[in-house]
Amino acid sequence: MLTMLQGLGRTALDFFQRLGRGHLLLLQILSGSHTLLPRFGLVIKQVFSVGVLSLLIILVSGLFVGMVLGLQGYNTLVDFGAEESLGVVVSLSLVRELGPVVSALLFAGRAGSALTAEIGLMKATEQLSAMEMMAVDPVRRVLAPRFWAGVISMPLLAAIFSAVGVIGGYFVGVGLLGVDDGAYWSQMQANVDLYKDILNGVIKSFVFGIVVTWIAIFEGNDAVPTSEGVSRATTRTVVHSSLAVLGLDFILTALMFGS
Amino acid sequence: MTDNNSLLEPPLVKIRNLSFSRGAHKIFDGINLDIQRGKVTAIMGPSGTGKTTLLRLIGGQLHPDAGTVEVDGQSVPKLGHSKLYQLRKRMGMLFQNGALLTDINVFDNVAFPLREHTRLSPRLIRTLVLMKLEAVGLRGARDLMPSELSGGMSRRVALARAVVMDPMIMMYDEPFTGQDPISMGVLVRLIRSLNDALGLSSIIVSHDIQETAAIADYIYLLSGGKVVAEGTTEDLYASESEWAQQFLQGEPDGPVPFHYPARDFTEDMLDLPAGGAN
Amino acid sequence: MTSRMTEIWVGIFVAAGMAALFMLAMQVSNLNTYSNADGFDVIARFEDASGLKVRSPVTMAGVRIGRVKDIRFDDKTFEAIVTLRLGKGHTSLPEDTSASIYTAGLLGEKYVGLEAGAGSNHCEDLALEAELDGSTFNPADCKSNGASNVLHNGSVITLTQSSMVLEKLIGQFVSKFLSESNVEKKK
Repeated sequence: MLTMLQGLGRTALDFFQRLGRGHLLLLQILSGSHTLLPRFGLVIKQVFSVGVLSLLIILVSGLFVGMVLGLQGYNTLVDFGAEESLGVVVSLSLVRELGPVVSALLFAGRAGSALTAEIGLMKATEQLSAMEMMAVDPVRRVLAPRFWAGVISMPLLAAIFSAVGVIGGYFVGVGLLGVDDGAYWSQMQANVDLYKDILNGVIKSFVFGIVVTWIAIFEGNDAVPTSEGVSRATTRTVVHSSLAVLGLDFILTALMFGS
Repeated sequence: MTDNNSLLEPPLVKIRNLSFSRGAHKIFDGINLDIQRGKVTAIMGPSGTGKTTLLRLIGGQLHPDAGTVEVDGQSVPKLGHSKLYQLRKRMGMLFQNGALLTDINVFDNVAFPLREHTRLSPRLIRTLVLMKLEAVGLRGARDLMPSELSGGMSRRVALARAVVMDPMIMMYDEPFTGQDPISMGVLVRLIRSLNDALGLSSIIVSHDIQETAAIADYIYLLSGGKVVAEGTTEDLYASESEWAQQFLQGEPDGPVPFHYPARDFTEDMLDLPAGGAN
Repeated sequence: MTSRMTEIWVGIFVAAGMAALFMLAMQVSNLNTYSNADGFDVIARFEDASGLKVRSPVTMAGVRIGRVKDIRFDDKTFEAIVTLRLGKGHTSLPEDTSASIYTAGLLGEKYVGLEAGAGSNHCEDLALEAELDGSTFNPADCKSNGASNVLHNGSVITLTQSSMVLEKLIGQFVSKFLSESNVEKKK
């Protein structure tokens, strides 16, 4: 019983320690970021490996999610004779929820795990240590560019996901199922609000971008420097950032669309 | 301290009463070390005595629990972020496995510190990098990626990278481990010749006696968190210390026991209850 | 990958992301219908404007010609005062135009439908006449003719029909049904 309590206490302490370390790292990254401005090329290079390389999976998934929404939405709406509202259903679900959330989950799986593995391996092979000894701060040189690349890429990826999804819904709804072309777009335009829906969606994906990239970088930097430690850290990145995205999504939705 | 060469100059690195522990395990227990300018100093000892930890303490990557670490008159643990990084620009360190950046090629690896710290023209950087690569005999390998290099080659590239900023002090972390005799010989010669040609001070952490003894001017033997012997190579071979003799001769048993602490062998085999309980 | 290719790809990526955001803003959202700067306001009073929202469409003959700009409550008459912002091209609507609140589809949103009054199809009459006579119809004629009694900024639409509230309809239906069955019982 006592050992169980001890174990519980130790787990709690470990948790808080990691939480503290994570926030300290974020603070270090943010406070060291001003050194990036004259060397924005570093960020651009990372936008390539974080954003551009995630583009394919985002495009394909967005298209299919939009097509499924078109099909499902049509089948439900046609019962009420409201299939003209298909555009609204597709675009609102994409812009408000599926765009930011699904692309953040894909991002965590594609780019987040890659970031953790890369940083973890750099740590395991002493590359980060070597940089420190070469008087190059790895937080500024390695972590900060990756962080900002993730923060920049995520909203763009989410927007691409949503846009492709709307087109996918259009293909199925208008192309295959015969919903009126004009109704699809006009209903959409009449019911999707720029600020309430689209801007909030962008804010969501921005927050997700910060959280997923932060978790990925922290796990990589905090990984036990062995191959086993790196693989564990990679798994943790995907699990933790997916949970964080879904949990935060609820909170953000409640804040944005609650009243 | 054997003050055999009463120096006019203060030592480059001065370590006093240094203590450091990791968890409950005490790695250093009040050690004193001096690294003299222009000399090759070796720090030797069996695996697990924290030789690498010592280098990290000198480089400011770890903080001591007690005691002082002074490099060129500056107390390393007390330096702020920018002061510490200024000091590190004058330090070079060769990591055990080279620690080359794996996503860029040999040339860019050696050029990395120059590009990070200076605003030299690409032309000048090229000249400097090729000079250093020539010194380690790998000018022809400049376009290879680190994954295409053998262990010895990547260590030589890392060496070129470490000296490209012309540091005042070079630290070698187990430079001879896992090398074939040829690349071992190359490294031994390089370390000595770089030290003399560039006017460096070198610290070698190693447990390869022959190679280290061949180039070291002064040797510290560490064990159990303490300095157990020190002196020039001849001093050590002549030393009375049982421990030093065991280490230098490579005898399996002695002050450093062959066996990991365990209960009596016969007792263990018969699986007799050790403490009476159960 | 050379750094040039990297930069090009990042450029394409950022441009695609921006284009997607732009598409969402322009094509998907109601941004392009936000700008209600152009046009003029007319006022309609409704007994019941339930379900109507600011920016609900205002249509005529099924074509959107404006949007609801404002909905207020009048303390004196207990009516809803709805301000309609009509596009600036629609300056020839007759004064006796009526406004009704309709529902798009069974569950759709409410919108305001405008219908021109019966005696004011001035242009149509002129056009028809011209066709019968074989003479040419000049649209400018009808404009100038009808200029005195068209809707302009600040006009009030007097003929209105309130929105249909489902509960009210059901209530009416039930009470009618009940009274009918009462009548049948009496027989």
